[in-house]
Amino acid sequence: MDSKDIAISLKGVNVKYNNNVALKDTSIDIPYHSFTGVIGMNGAGKSTLFKAIMGLVTPQTGTITICGDDPSTAQKHGHVAYVPQSELVDWDFPVSVYEVVMMGRVGTQNIFKTASNIDHETVRVALERVNMTAFKDRQIGELSGGQKKRVFVARALAQGADILLLDEPFAGLDATTEKSLIALLISLKEGGKTIILATHDLLSLPDTCDHVALVKSTIIAYGKTKEVFTRELVEKTFDGTLNHIKFN
Amino acid sequence: MDILNFILEPLQYAFMFKAVAVSTVVGVACAILSCFLVLKGWSLLGDAISHAVLPGVVLAYMLGIPFGLGAFVFAMLAVTMIGYIKNNTKIKEDAVMGIVFTTLFALGLMLISKIISSVDLTHVLFGEVLGISDNDAWYTFIILALVSIVVLVFRRTFLLFCFDPIHAQSLGLPVRFIHYAFLSLLAVTITGSIQTVGIILVIAMLITPGSTAFLLTKRFSTMLQIAIGISIISSLIGAYSSYYFNIATGGTIVFVQGCIFLLVFTYQTIAANHKKRQQLEPK
Repeated sequence: MDSKDIAISLKGVNVKYNNNVALKDTSIDIPYHSFTGVIGMNGAGKSTLFKAIMGLVTPQTGTITICGDDPSTAQKHGHVAYVPQSELVDWDFPVSVYEVVMMGRVGTQNIFKTASNIDHETVRVALERVNMTAFKDRQIGELSGGQKKRVFVARALAQGADILLLDEPFAGLDATTEKSLIALLISLKEGGKTIILATHDLLSLPDTCDHVALVKSTIIAYGKTKEVFTRELVEKTFDGTLNHIKFN
Repeated sequence: MDILNFILEPLQYAFMFKAVAVSTVVGVACAILSCFLVLKGWSLLGDAISHAVLPGVVLAYMLGIPFGLGAFVFAMLAVTMIGYIKNNTKIKEDAVMGIVFTTLFALGLMLISKIISSVDLTHVLFGEVLGISDNDAWYTFIILALVSIVVLVFRRTFLLFCFDPIHAQSLGLPVRFIHYAFLSLLAVTITGSIQTVGIILVIAMLITPGSTAFLLTKRFSTMLQIAIGISIISSLIGAYSSYYFNIATGGTIVFVQGCIFLLVFTYQTIAANHKKRQQLEPK
């Protein structure tokens, strides 16, 4: 792969918290316009991987390159947007859909974070894109599960991020809602975004993600879904047999 | 005009004018901060800081420096200790806060018992705004007006910090700096409020107005306005009660705030039940 085709590159990354190794000698090259599913057990290092990509943890050794920039430059450019797990959001918080999407613009705003006409226009377009314009004045708790996800996807779009990181986006969603969220994400990928999601939903993964990253304290394997999402590798990732999943 | 007279007559006295001005600005600053504290889930931290400043106040008294300065040093000491111990043990934050603030508070009590009279102790613990000196009144007024302005000017950043610090950090915002800036503003507010309501009751002023406003609205800007309104009304009632009925200012302010909270809560509970019953009734 040519380096200009790579959205995210980790080389020999080691992350330790106190004395616990979270990621060990981890390397991965995630191409632009890919849809990557990150799977692994709880505590395997998925969230550390996300934090490293977002520049929230600095590895003790190794290098991270995001869209050709180092992580702190990538932060300033807003290359990476994060869609949090639903359970980590305070849904009673007194903010409207519009205000949350506007938070995607803070990286480009002045020190007082006042919204310009361009900001308002960008937020309007982002809401339109995820089909949430009609709900823009709702308090965020007054939304369905799928709508809540769309708000944060819109925030990522308003930010102008090339890379979207989603943490367990399908948790708690019913099948229909999950499908329509997947359709939205795939259409964003086709529009040029790079999508990376952490998921426990192994069943729908082959239909959703064109790439898979298997995480167990390091990246065990990464590549096209049909090459990497195999019984042998996935069972190695999860330390057990997985009889309910069909593999190629 | 009897009512006008009732309001204006006490203001002819300098001590009462000062009391009204200081109580109001204390109310405004605490109300603004309370909105953020309640949303961030940091109410206990306000409690911890307000107790931890006691030894700072006593030492300031001994050294003849402004109360606020001594209090601020100990507020930051408490915050640093809480953060450091929490990050280096398995003990949860609420327990760490409990240990740190009670220890510092106890140190304050020890110092007081040795140094100042019990009358002064009561003033530090419960406030005495009617007896505030000109210098202290100016100090409080200017400091708290500044805090209010700073927090309001940067309210969007603080709100983002409360709502989604990870997002803020991922965009390169200095979240750690914002965190300590907010704590510093909180410490300054608490120290500035000591003479009006005392260090025990300031915690109520930092929780109740924001909580009451949170019940009443789903918009943050409205929440700020309601909290400020409640706080000003309570402060005025407190100051006038002191003048007319010789009741403790701080106590009255906090009691009125608590009553407003209960009224709102009761009204909302009754209204919600009423609505539920209406929905259940057959058409």
